Amino acid sequence: MPSRGAEMEVGPAIGPSPLTIAGRELGSRLILGTGGFASLDLLAQAIEASGTELVTIALRRVDPGQRGSIVDVLDAAGVEPLPNTAGCYTARDAVTTARLARDAFETDWIKLEVIGDDRTLLPDAPELLEAAEILVDEGFVVLPYTNDDPVLARRLADAGCAAVMPLGSPIGSGMGIRNPYNLSILRETVEGVPVILDAGVGTASDAALAMELGCDGVLCASAIARARDPVAMAQAIRRAVQAGAQARAAGRIPRRRYAEPSTVFEGTPELDPGDGAAG
Amino acid sequence: MIVHVNGQPLDIEPGTTVAGVVEELRPGGGRRGIAVAIDAEVVPRGQWDDHVLDAEARLEVVNAIQGG
Repeated sequence: MPSRGAEMEVGPAIGPSPLTIAGRELGSRLILGTGGFASLDLLAQAIEASGTELVTIALRRVDPGQRGSIVDVLDAAGVEPLPNTAGCYTARDAVTTARLARDAFETDWIKLEVIGDDRTLLPDAPELLEAAEILVDEGFVVLPYTNDDPVLARRLADAGCAAVMPLGSPIGSGMGIRNPYNLSILRETVEGVPVILDAGVGTASDAALAMELGCDGVLCASAIARARDPVAMAQAIRRAVQAGAQARAAGRIPRRRYAEPSTVFEGTPELDPGDGAAG
Repeated sequence: MIVHVNGQPLDIEPGTTVAGVVEELRPGGGRRGIAVAIDAEVVPRGQWDDHVLDAEARLEVVNAIQGG
């Protein structure tokens, strides 16, 4: 073991292991949401800058006038689609949407969203759990967007979800992680599946904090898509996720109320001239 | 006869299949990334060529957009 940091190889800044969801290893702990990008070209650049391997998409009625396809963008980037059920208010609608997504994209993976109202976009917990149970039964790999409620998250994991994705604050709010204590308790409560922060990231430090609190990954859309420079923000958040994971693995020092000297007092020279002149 | 596609009435020939309606919406656009439900039940793509539409059927034809 090298005695000095300067002799150590600085390896790639990644966490202790790849993110594994339902047996699939992902080389990046960042999942990119695609809502809000001004163009598909900008999205393509952000995908590359983010380093992500998993990218969300939504399903809506075919618009005959639509130009360009997001599916082609994902194919060209070599990333996997993660369809969502955005806009669903009931378990029934979310389940049907998931089935449509499975047929459209030939993937069993679904980001399950069941919201309670259009002002907060907060999850509707009973509908969410019901939808999760049905979809797990049907063989889906279910990644539910959930409240930062440790008990609900555990219920979702117990129901067979492949990950749980708690919010830090409301979707698109950029308010960061409003309750870091809940998030760390949630991480301790949910065993056996990854915890991925799914909403609220406003900037890179929020993503780093999520990882430092023990999250296994971060899903980020608006913070990147609506940044002044989305491509630069994609890279910043990519690095923040890596840095946060590394810091978590490295083990942070405990917080303390008073100072803890980093230099020992022992051996401090006596510099007071002893004539009473010194202050 | 009339069917309803994404909330709009569409006049089709009797005997028209799901595949025919998809082709109408996306001429030559291929089927990838598209899914169809009739009366809230998914019609798997493997059945599009054979599934003949009934009058007044309510189709939802969806595809991927940016989101999430």
